[in-house]
Amino acid sequence: MIYFDNAATTMLKPPEVAEAVARAIGSFGGVGRGVHEASLDAGMTVFKARQKVSDLIGGPGAKHVAFAYNATEALNIAICGLLHAGDHAVTTAASHNSVLRPLFRMEDAGTAEVSVVPIAPDGSLDYDAFDAAFRPNTRLAVVTHASNLTGDVYDIARLARIAHDHGAVLVVDAAQTAGVIPIDMAAQSIDVVCFTGHKSLFGPQGTGGLVVAEGVDIAAFKVGGSGTHSYDRAHPTFMPERLEAGTLNAHGIAGLLAGLTYIERKSVDAIRSETQALAARFEEGVGAVPGVKLYGGGEGKRACSAAPRSNGDAGRGIPASLGAANLTRTGIVTLNIADVDSSLVADMLNAEFGICTRAGAHCAPLMHEALGTDGQGAVRFSFSHFNTADEVDAGIEAVAMLAKELV
Amino acid sequence: MRAKTPKVVVTFASTSDAMAMEAAACEHGLPGRIIPVPSEIDAGCGLAWCADAVERDDLTRALEHLGLAHEGVFEVMMY
Repeated sequence: MIYFDNAATTMLKPPEVAEAVARAIGSFGGVGRGVHEASLDAGMTVFKARQKVSDLIGGPGAKHVAFAYNATEALNIAICGLLHAGDHAVTTAASHNSVLRPLFRMEDAGTAEVSVVPIAPDGSLDYDAFDAAFRPNTRLAVVTHASNLTGDVYDIARLARIAHDHGAVLVVDAAQTAGVIPIDMAAQSIDVVCFTGHKSLFGPQGTGGLVVAEGVDIAAFKVGGSGTHSYDRAHPTFMPERLEAGTLNAHGIAGLLAGLTYIERKSVDAIRSETQALAARFEEGVGAVPGVKLYGGGEGKRACSAAPRSNGDAGRGIPASLGAANLTRTGIVTLNIADVDSSLVADMLNAEFGICTRAGAHCAPLMHEALGTDGQGAVRFSFSHFNTADEVDAGIEAVAMLAKELV
Repeated sequence: MRAKTPKVVVTFASTSDAMAMEAAACEHGLPGRIIPVPSEIDAGCGLAWCADAVERDDLTRALEHLGLAHEGVFEVMMY
């Protein structure tokens, strides 16, 4: 099997991740539910994981990291806890359904208004249009850091400035970027970052959460057992327990901590560099195949044409490393072969070549509409630094063979 | 019969604060250990830090110096 579906879940993990989960399952008690060794071991592991998440993304510290089941749950917590009756929210067409559906549900219920800023057919965002979407009652902007369809990375520091100029809070969906694209909440003035553990943080499924800046108050999404203040009628209001209820997935978080420790050791820059090299090799190879259509890349072109702006970022205290040209794309290459149904192509890749990709809508319906692929879907190849050049070359050869037969 | 002795008990708002105390104690060799919050301080559940009362000054200085968030410092007779 050749696994190119890392934007869904990274399958190849550092071996210490599984080892940590196995150790945890055999030794952990409940976090904050006792003072015996088993409970304290779990509690300390979760605490260290909170600190590592905060360190990774320039957050305000362990107390501001609340764990959740995944990025979708974290986004629901943030959106439902920040958007109130009569408020208006802004998002973009690059958003995943984990952003769109919570917003649309509130809009359909008549409790909030929502504006969706279009994405261009090349995957780029018009930042002036984003600015223009704000209204006097705009309370919240929720944006994806990178499209899960094209890998285009959006300028979250710029989006934060725009949101703050309008008095709104910015929530970033970092499901596709945490661990592979640098994030600095403090330098980029991000209010809330929602992350998942099972993608580029190399943790198990069922781990994720949100990091909340100082002064941002999110109403509790769920309440219940907290391990403290048990005779109080109401759930604790302090972070992170404010946004957590019930026993945490400490077994999974132990694996997430191992993944975070691996990233810290290897470095985000090295992981990104190796991942992007593989994606670029693939893109160059399949780009030369007759009949192959590639999607996205518009943010990179926009960033290049707006290069002088990087001086302005430096003047605003944003490190140059957060505005570099190689930060405009994750390790995703999305394509179609002529007009062939993307699901058929993905199935052929799987059945005939043992290559795992993702076809269809990718839970990003508005992005497909923007690219003009809402009927055909698209075949997404998403790479990990654990992939090899030989695997990439096998992928190019498979696409070339299918294109030759199908076009 | 087991006798009670004076203890200093530090309480925390959250489990995370208690874990921060545990981590700091391991790193800096602070006296004491995590215990359940004694009922005479708080009838609910939760975690607290307990050391012999003679350690109170050293402990409170460490809390201040290391910036460890806590709710209160109490002296309690405990087994």
